[in-house]
Amino acid sequence: MEHITTEVAKAAKPNLEVFSTTLQQLAAHDRDVVVVTSDSRGSGKLVPFGKKYPEQIVEIGIAEQNLVGVAAGLASTGKKTFAVSPACFLTARALEQIKNDVAYSDNAVKLIGISAGVSYGALGSTHHSLHDYAVLRAINNLTIVAPADNYETEQAILQASELGKPIYLRFGKKNMPLLTEDRANTFTLGKGRMIKAGKDLTFIATGETVYPALEAAGRLQRENGLDVSVVSMHTIKPLDTALLKERAEHTRAIITVEEHSVNGGLGEACAAYLLQNHHGKPFKIVGIPDEYTVTGSQVEILNHYGISETGLADTALALLNTIA
Amino acid sequence: MVESELIAKSKEYRQKILKYIVGANAGHTGGSLSCIDILNVLYNVVLNTRPENFASPDRDRYIQSKGHCVEALFVVLADKGFFPEEDLNTLCRYQSHYIGHPTRKVNGVEQNTGALGHGLPISVGTALAAKMDKRDYRVFTLLGDGELPEGSNWEAALTAAHYKLDNLCAILDKNSLQITGPTADVCNTDPVDEKFESFGWAVKHVDGHDLKAIKEAFESMPFEAGKPSLIIAHTVKGKGVSFMEHSVSWHHGVPNAEQYAQALEELSI
Repeated sequence: MEHITTEVAKAAKPNLEVFSTTLQQLAAHDRDVVVVTSDSRGSGKLVPFGKKYPEQIVEIGIAEQNLVGVAAGLASTGKKTFAVSPACFLTARALEQIKNDVAYSDNAVKLIGISAGVSYGALGSTHHSLHDYAVLRAINNLTIVAPADNYETEQAILQASELGKPIYLRFGKKNMPLLTEDRANTFTLGKGRMIKAGKDLTFIATGETVYPALEAAGRLQRENGLDVSVVSMHTIKPLDTALLKERAEHTRAIITVEEHSVNGGLGEACAAYLLQNHHGKPFKIVGIPDEYTVTGSQVEILNHYGISETGLADTALALLNTIA
Repeated sequence: MVESELIAKSKEYRQKILKYIVGANAGHTGGSLSCIDILNVLYNVVLNTRPENFASPDRDRYIQSKGHCVEALFVVLADKGFFPEEDLNTLCRYQSHYIGHPTRKVNGVEQNTGALGHGLPISVGTALAAKMDKRDYRVFTLLGDGELPEGSNWEAALTAAHYKLDNLCAILDKNSLQITGPTADVCNTDPVDEKFESFGWAVKHVDGHDLKAIKEAFESMPFEAGKPSLIIAHTVKGKGVSFMEHSVSWHHGVPNAEQYAQALEELSI
């Protein structure tokens, strides 16, 4: 699949678009690749897939519980089934189907949460998914992944397709620049990627918040002479605890970053591991606080809560000040 | 299997359902007794599924949506050789796979069920895969009338008709009682035939304890080409044991020693 990698490296696209093109390439060689949608092929960038492979797309209509149940049935027969729906509906309305029909029954559905986090911006809380990591982390037998850039997205889809186990992947809508040009820095499910080394502080970020963390690390280097590390913790479960331990041992402080509630997501997963394994460090969880979410576009919401280059740089300086 | 053999099987299954419920001191007695004749015909006449072909992609699938009536399923699976019957002595015991709902840890079980309103959507997906792959297997799912208000059933009913899944057969175990009382009083779903017909299904009514009628209904599927089939099986909760019949208290009641002896006596006639 080298050729795909080369192609996506060219320009920043929405991860969703890469998801769609990667799926088309898989479907071209494998008629068992099936996409199930809930009137979501447009928002899932799947219209070209539907045109090219009409026999491999199943439209359910707006009925997410049924979407996941039907996907479980398809997957039980060996079909590589991708169930695609906005993350907000997929992981709330169909949660019992995810828990029972997918995870508990061990049907290897690939659950694709699109327009995740606050991607829908001003459409409001009904359309935000700030709970999905938390609720899905508490369900046994489910891998949870938030790819950061186009390369991670492509690799996550390819690896998910072959995983043979239930998996949830979430994507946003905005263009995501590549985190690194280093081809040796490969993607493996369950293994975090060290995007930038550094000894002063580590940002452990996931999904589309890795990029602003990387920008913040650059800013801290330029303006404050700080050597800040950035990890793309694309797989939230199972968590790469070896990398977490290594970062705790080699940096002075840790900040986690996620486009998710501060309750029950990546940050608390990291905190639980670090504390229970005696790697306590100055630590801060950056996410969406437990409040009525501010209104605005995705960028405005993220900026408001400090999930931005300047916001994260300020949080890093404040945390380091507490241990100076 | 001829009818007299089927009748004998139903008696044997009923006795065993009670035996293992008494042994576990737990179980869904009334519903297991209402659906057992349907399972008898399915596994002894209709399904091509056997332990030796259970991994075959061409096997017929049976998915029990009303998972709580697992005792009926386990007794039949044991009889068909999916596992040794003595395993059922561990029913609901610590670390046993034979729990109060079907799980795939038990050989012969297709899907983990128990939460209601899940069997039909999964069955639709499984039947759809057969159509996509041009395979001949059929998919059967047993629904309880108490679970019909779950909206996912109706979502799946739409999809089954939309994709013309005439390889799908749902059987409604219409025993007309649920834990709170008569189903018609809890949330009336009648006329259920008209509802499914208007959703695009072909529907037949049978006496759910008339083995010949059940067999004939299955043999006539699909009832209409291009439509999913629904068998509305009119059943009696607690069927076969006089004091359990039509009684809500036997939804998950467990007989005491005296009741068990009386039940066995009635069932041996």
